[in-house]
Amino acid sequence: MSLARRTAKTWLLVELFRCLMLTGKYLFKKKITVEYPEERTPLSPRFRGLHALRRYESGEERCIACKLCEVICPALAITIESEERDDGTRRTTRYDIDMTKCIYCGLCQEACPVDAIVETQVFEFATETRKELNYTKDMLLEVGARYEKQIAANIAADARYR
Amino acid sequence: MSWLEVGKLAGLWALEVLAIAVPVALSVAYITYAERRIIGWMQIRKGCNRVGWAGLLQPIADGLKLFLKETIIPTTANKFLFVAAPVMSLLPALVAFAVVPFGETTLGGLWKTAHVMAISNLNVGVLYVMAISGLGIYGILMAGWASNSKYAFLGAIRSTCQMVSYEVSMGFAIVCVLMLSGSLNLTEIVHAQAGGFWHWYWIPLLPVFLVFFISGVAETNRSPFDLPEGESELVAGFFVEYSGMWFATFSLAEYAAMILISRMTSIMFMGGWYAPFPFLDFIPGTVWLLGKTAFLIFVFIWFRATFPRYRYDQLMRLGWKVFLPWTLAWIAVLGIAIYTPGLSDVIGFWRPGVTP
Repeated sequence: MSLARRTAKTWLLVELFRCLMLTGKYLFKKKITVEYPEERTPLSPRFRGLHALRRYESGEERCIACKLCEVICPALAITIESEERDDGTRRTTRYDIDMTKCIYCGLCQEACPVDAIVETQVFEFATETRKELNYTKDMLLEVGARYEKQIAANIAADARYR
Repeated sequence: MSWLEVGKLAGLWALEVLAIAVPVALSVAYITYAERRIIGWMQIRKGCNRVGWAGLLQPIADGLKLFLKETIIPTTANKFLFVAAPVMSLLPALVAFAVVPFGETTLGGLWKTAHVMAISNLNVGVLYVMAISGLGIYGILMAGWASNSKYAFLGAIRSTCQMVSYEVSMGFAIVCVLMLSGSLNLTEIVHAQAGGFWHWYWIPLLPVFLVFFISGVAETNRSPFDLPEGESELVAGFFVEYSGMWFATFSLAEYAAMILISRMTSIMFMGGWYAPFPFLDFIPGTVWLLGKTAFLIFVFIWFRATFPRYRYDQLMRLGWKVFLPWTLAWIAVLGIAIYTPGLSDVIGFWRPGVTP
């Protein structure tokens, strides 16, 4: 660029005015804000939110207390105790997830051989005390019961990539 | 003079002061709102729109929050200066409004001649505004010193240095205006620009107009010249240690200074309360003046949404090596033009009623 042109460009503040025009144009653009409680962004079927324990259609709980999730959990958030039930199968007596420890990595879901422990798309489970974030087996089963349709749909949607 | 008359006079003055200070404080509140909305829009966001209709109660909620917050005074601070500093920075910004006219009115034809709407129609109005707004630096310096904190101190030094530097080129820019108007009275300066926008001073003084406005941006410590509060290096600058109401006072002062600079620019360069075209004269002058001021405040906000912050050496270079020589040169050019036989008629177009 010649000296004259560069000098003119500097002293006429050309680039500053071009910047102003650019932001001025953006002033009238369509806004991309998502007004959260009323509007939501779409969630992936792989979204990793609150955990849930699932049951079979017969009502039998899926978890066989293999403790793979407890072993793989990098945050040591899962605590499992198990016993032999009267019909000879192994089931959990205790299945706790401490949501304050959990890092929502999804490894428990990966590890589970029977798709018992899954992560749902629920992410609004803030509480007032830490104690309430210590999810017990009953609570997890309840979450599973409530969102079973969504969970099954998400697993089906993701199945062909697994 | 009897006590009754003294009381009446004092009451009248108090009313006049309130009539200026309350609208200024209110407009400051809504400029913060406008700033958040406009910057939001320029970043294709929506900005605050929750409190009240379209977020219009947001500044009131903010003010309430700041008012109810605890004021923390650091133990090592100089308590008197620490408390005095915010007041010291707000007062000059408000006091300067005393001479800035709002327009002219005949009160709907009640008065035969138009009266100027200003607390005081001072003959040395321009000097008064420059002198008083210059005092604002003391508030910042006091805040930085009294906080007894390194960040606050560095911020105050930066701010003082910057304001002093840019006041010089601002002063010379005003000299150019005075050479055309031949008066220090703000009302006279506006009267000299009567007529359409081709009579306004921004045409003969275009570079000076830009210098004045950009210096004004620097003078009020606004982006892109907001180094005193450069948060990446100084946290918040001179008011790091302030909280609650005293903090709010500082931002009140900053925004009041912004309004003042915009008003002064529109009075001195953009024809004050005159309409850009004579056929638009039916719209009251005050509306024009406030509209021009509002536009300049919008430009302030626009700058903030557009430009990245200057480096400190660039800032000083711009002030001393670009603006100062530029304004000085323009003074010389104007002076020569005024006294050169052929050119004096051309420049005389913008100097009605001034004999060379």
